[in-house]
Amino acid sequence: MEDVDLRLDGNAIAGLLGEVFALELTGARAACAGCGTIAELGAEPVYAHAPGAVLRCRNCDDVMIVVVHGGGRYWIGLSGTTSIELRNSL
Amino acid sequence: MAGTAVLGRLTWRLAEVVRLVDETPRVRSIAFDVPGWPGHRAGQHVDVRLTAEDGYQAQRSYSIASAPGAETLVLTVERLEDGEVSPYLVDELRPGDRIELRGPVGGYFVWTPEDGSPLLLVAGGSGVVPLMAMLRHRVAVRDGTPVRLLYSSRTLEDVIYGAELERVAAVSDGIEVVHTLTRSQPAGWSGYARRIDDDMLAEVSWPATDQPAVFVCGPTRLVEGVAAALVALSHDPLRIKTERFGPTGG
Amino acid sequence: MSYVSRGFRGRRREGGDAARIPTGQYLTDDFPVLSAGPTPHTPLDEWTFSVMGELDEPRTWTWEEFRTLPSETLTKDIHCVTKWSKLDTVWEGVSVDTLLEGVETAAEYVLAYCDGGYTTNLPLEDVTGGKAWVAFGYDGEALDPEHGGPARLLVPHLYFWKSAKWVRGLTLRAEDEPGFWERYGYHMYGDPWQEQRYWGD
Repeated sequence: MEDVDLRLDGNAIAGLLGEVFALELTGARAACAGCGTIAELGAEPVYAHAPGAVLRCRNCDDVMIVVVHGGGRYWIGLSGTTSIELRNSL
Repeated sequence: MAGTAVLGRLTWRLAEVVRLVDETPRVRSIAFDVPGWPGHRAGQHVDVRLTAEDGYQAQRSYSIASAPGAETLVLTVERLEDGEVSPYLVDELRPGDRIELRGPVGGYFVWTPEDGSPLLLVAGGSGVVPLMAMLRHRVAVRDGTPVRLLYSSRTLEDVIYGAELERVAAVSDGIEVVHTLTRSQPAGWSGYARRIDDDMLAEVSWPATDQPAVFVCGPTRLVEGVAAALVALSHDPLRIKTERFGPTGG
Repeated sequence: MSYVSRGFRGRRREGGDAARIPTGQYLTDDFPVLSAGPTPHTPLDEWTFSVMGELDEPRTWTWEEFRTLPSETLTKDIHCVTKWSKLDTVWEGVSVDTLLEGVETAAEYVLAYCDGGYTTNLPLEDVTGGKAWVAFGYDGEALDPEHGGPARLLVPHLYFWKSAKWVRGLTLRAEDEPGFWERYGYHMYGDPWQEQRYWGD
């Protein structure tokens, strides 16, 4: 297996994010705190084969979102994201 | 259309196997009855969770193969060599068995007829599954959206949904299916016989000026190569949606 | 309580000496690859390893210099926080004691830093006294990039996220500060024998 195979799309953690957020996040857009690129979270590369899920910026590869689930708790790291834009209707 | 919707709480549900269909030597479709299923959109997936008697759990994501509104929820699963979950689903499950699943999830990799543009679907191997849900949805709604599916398989016997694809292309207006067989071809094969490359995409895809909605699904390397090639053909990167399968497959 | 699926067992290996497998772990014959980001590919002629921070003189080795240091072959059991354990893994590496030889410092902690930005924190006494290595070989061959090559930190007595892949140096520090996973819930110390996986365990 090559390392490129570990890189998935943000969509791959839709279920995990859905455990925590009431609104579907993969269609939401977020701004990278590093380079400012705005893209749908589903379009960002995700490394989910890890002690946690790490969503990175498709432009600069900076870490945008981290989700860890274990020990009966979730940790959500959003500091790599300046803001997330969510529409409130279908 | 970007999907953001109120989910409520995603919960694990029990799904019961009602029917099994062997699609290819390695691939099986499993039809489930899921009480309380809220419905889904074409392209979404479910998370499947299996628990052993001693509490050990394994979880994987599988794309939904059935169109929205179909009677049963269908997953199409490929048995992976070193797989932990797929061999169980493909070889062990029997009608009447139950598994836990959660969903539908994924608002990003979704096609709805409201989109209105021509649809380009590019599939590598079992990456065809979510695209098949889109195709089945398009067939059901009959809205005339032009669709092209470019589908890469190793051999003819690895083609999933072969007969259904042939039928759909023959009877439906505006739906074309183009196969490429990368490892070996039957005698008399006149179709593509190599991995998807820039030239093939240039020949098969809608011109960028048509602004098609593009969905690419399959192994990571294929998906990234196709997306890059389409961008080089001037397609808008924001109109190309990808679903990479990764090492644990679909 | 989850539904038990008839006949599902998973891919775990049975057997193994139970005394060598910490609570909550499963034995595996594979060597799973876990990563928080793309695999870096630093060319060896650009690779360096440094010891910095709370010491009089920072030190740096090039790859060539690093490979002339005394190294050893060692066999260790490793335990990943994602629950797999692998026994009798064989490594080749330079002891961190060798890299810190002669260093005088009041620091009690180190932060390992790596290509790609990964970091992890450890007490200094957990990387000294024959407990840690910078490993460049696995199973008789050069360490694969997907497993951390050209070199990774190896600290087998702690959960394996502390054995930082693509390590490029150690910073000696007076205070213990969380590295990458430690900021996102993982335990500051990480002793698998006390099942210290997450904050507060």
